[in-house]
Amino acid sequence: MTAPAKPEVKVVFQRPESFTDLTTHYCPGCTHGVAHRLIAEVIDEMGLREKTIGVAPVGCSVFAYKYFNMDFVEAPHGRAPAMATGIKRVLPQNTVFTYQGDGDLASIGMAEIMHAAARGENITVIFINNAIYGMTGGQMAPTTLPGMTTTSSPFGRDVELTGFPIRMSEMLATMDGTGYIVRRSLHDVKNIRKAKKALFMAFETQERGLGFSMVELLSSCPTNWKIDPSKSLEFIAERMVPVFPLDDFKVNPELTKKRA
Amino acid sequence: MPVKGWIEVDDMHCKGCALCVSACPQDVIALNMDRLTPKGYHPAHLIDEGCTGCAVCAIICPDAAITVFREVPVHSKKAPESA
Ligand SMILES: Cc1ncc(C[n+]2csc(CCOP(=O)(O)OP(=O)(O)O)c2C)c(N)n1
Ligand code: SF4
Ligand code: SF4
Repeated sequence: MTAPAKPEVKVVFQRPESFTDLTTHYCPGCTHGVAHRLIAEVIDEMGLREKTIGVAPVGCSVFAYKYFNMDFVEAPHGRAPAMATGIKRVLPQNTVFTYQGDGDLASIGMAEIMHAAARGENITVIFINNAIYGMTGGQMAPTTLPGMTTTSSPFGRDVELTGFPIRMSEMLATMDGTGYIVRRSLHDVKNIRKAKKALFMAFETQERGLGFSMVELLSSCPTNWKIDPSKSLEFIAERMVPVFPLDDFKVNPELTKKRA
Repeated sequence: MPVKGWIEVDDMHCKGCALCVSACPQDVIALNMDRLTPKGYHPAHLIDEGCTGCAVCAIICPDAAITVFREVPVHSKKAPESA
């Protein structure tokens, strides 16, 4: 009689190769980290690391270049799509993506993002919508929810005075130059998996030369929302999703066809 | 026999945010209140048997601090699907 064979040990999950060993400076429980990891996983799985160039923004993710094990440049506030445009036009064989917060993309960088999309630049944008300016201490962003308390709207965002949240994905999807525009959320495992699939599609859009691609990710800011990390995820699901519906706003039909 | 899994939490990366604690479907993770990491956080750790290696904790972890392992019986034809 032979002894039962020893079971093999399989690694089910580990840090992606496209990550450096550095610990991020993000606050505990901040989903910027989840977004970073998903991008790294997708770049690993698509085998794009050697030719990818990231563009980091100003905002909490200003140091993103330190955490990805690939080429990266740092853009002035809001100008990441302009820098990505230049890089992609000079190096069209490379994969170029920007990583931007809502202050960066929807406030100071509104012109750059709109025109990059209008020109149909073949770049990928990862848009982190946490409804607040994280880095500078929690001021109101263009995406802040009506009634939401921030340091610059201490009595809650008053829409009479400051207007309504901007839905970037819906707006960009109206541009003919865009190939893939969707909104996903990072508030639970199911949605994180969907977000990862969307990132695949966005990079695939660029690899196939189908134009501007963007994945908007609803993200948490436990520190400035002043809610613990777990409750922050509930805040996304209960408060943000109704204002920022999770949907596909533009999908180039080529993407749903199989590659020849 | 249930699938046997386990996790390793990296002290350098874990910030004690506890998102894995509430996400684990088996309820086998807690913060270790008896220990601090070099960065001063109470790290997550396994508190009981029953981990299936589903990787839910690793997927919710914002700091890629968790490595997930699973035992694969050598006789089974098909390895369990990865997460
Ligand atoms: C030209 C310029 N104007 C303003 C600032 C100040 N500033 C730094 S980050 C930031 C907003 C960041 O918010 P967001 O893009 O939403 O990113 P988060 O920190 O929330 O991830 C602002 C206004 C700056 N650094 N440069
Ligand atoms: S301030 Fe907010 S967005 Fe910035 S790292 Fe902390 S939790 Fe994340
Ligand atoms: S792998 Fe699954 S069962 Fe094991 S600790 Fe993580 S979440 Fe719990």
